[in-house]
Amino acid sequence: MLRVENLRLPPLPSLSFEVADGECLSVEGTSGSGKTRLLRALADLDPVSGLVFLDGAERGETPAPQWRRLVRYLAAEPGWWTETPRGTFSAGAIESPRLERQLANVGLTPDHLDRDIGRLSTGERQRLAFVRAVLDEPKVLLLDEPTAALDSESAALVEEQIQFQLHAGRIVLIATHDAGLSQRLSHARLLLPKPRDASAQPTGHAA
Amino acid sequence: MTYVSLTPFDLALAALLLLLTALISFAFRLGLERSLAVAAARMCLQLGVVGFVLKLVFESGSLLATGLFALMMLLATGYEAASRQERRFLGYASYLLGGAAPFVAGLVASLFAVGAIIGSEPWWAPRFFLPIMGMMIGNALAGVTLVLDTITSDVTRERGAIEARLALGATRQEALQDVLRRGLKTGLTPILSAMAVTGLVSLPGMMTGQILAGADPVDATKYQVMIMFLIAGATGLAVVLAGLVAVWLLTDERHRLRLDRLAPQRNS
Repeated sequence: MLRVENLRLPPLPSLSFEVADGECLSVEGTSGSGKTRLLRALADLDPVSGLVFLDGAERGETPAPQWRRLVRYLAAEPGWWTETPRGTFSAGAIESPRLERQLANVGLTPDHLDRDIGRLSTGERQRLAFVRAVLDEPKVLLLDEPTAALDSESAALVEEQIQFQLHAGRIVLIATHDAGLSQRLSHARLLLPKPRDASAQPTGHAA
Repeated sequence: MTYVSLTPFDLALAALLLLLTALISFAFRLGLERSLAVAAARMCLQLGVVGFVLKLVFESGSLLATGLFALMMLLATGYEAASRQERRFLGYASYLLGGAAPFVAGLVASLFAVGAIIGSEPWWAPRFFLPIMGMMIGNALAGVTLVLDTITSDVTRERGAIEARLALGATRQEALQDVLRRGLKTGLTPILSAMAVTGLVSLPGMMTGQILAGADPVDATKYQVMIMFLIAGATGLAVVLAGLVAVWLLTDERHRLRLDRLAPQRNS
């Protein structure tokens, strides 16, 4: 169970919610409403005040690298730091017998691990990053637009894998503009209010 | 060989060459005449003051005077380092990091030089200690500037990759190791190429000075070799110090990347 108490992401009101094991919460809102900031805060990638508990343990009590092995953030544009994807997988992940199956599940082959990052399509990179994120079985998946760069066929494969993660008892938070995807996957929805446009604000006094 | 002291008239004669440069600027409408005059005047004033103060320090020969002069070097280094960086750290970190790393490294190398190699009496004899320390700090500063520029621009450019590693459970040291290694390598490049070409392309200023002052060229060479080794050591130490502290400042205890600690990009 993931429990969030009084998470402060100004200008949003402070957020408190719970997501049970095996459930999916879809985070919705227009661009700039704070979806990405919320997911990043849960993974403790930005300093944000408030409490986040995973099975009773608060984020600040757990060493940060350990926390992020349990609460995994997958960015909309995944990062790469070697010439081919292989080097970005941990040694354990590369040797894992599940790797080949996981790649096949999202329509990729082990061959994709050794292609130049620059020559892979955006969709291939996004699916590789998905496999990289789920391979060590984190308890919580924070998915930022996981299917945005995918064609409908690949998107369906990834959706199936997210569904599979939920069946395995994982907690999934998904930020997406795809109304169909969030409807099919989510058990609850968190709608972030539209950010107030400072320039459109009626000003009290003329300067 | 004797040492030829220069008269003010000699200097005025040398300044004729500066005038030539000013004429070129005028002829090609470079508009640099004013800057040239200001730069030349600054140089005369700065060197004049330093020469005068050094004379006082050398004559007094006291530890306190030597220490005060070294302290002045530290302040100047901090200021110079901060103003050279393209993307600065917010607050005092820029001055501390840029000034302290070259200073500490320069101090260690200079102490080693006067204590273990030259064996001057007393060890802080300003005639040996201050010029050596100046050369150490100047070179270490060049290395540190390169390291800091490389690291700050790399973390900004590769933010996505670094945060992807952090999100996968890497520690801040792991996530930034490539950036740190590239930074250190860049910082050590100048001294490497300096050692490789020295004597071929240019005679180092210190060696030239010694020869002009009447020293035996072979003796001057020995001094120069020692200085180069010392510079290599001081640069290495300064570069590592600055690199490690920069990585430490750019991340926090929760292993987050903290680009908010960098000042916004300067508009040039």
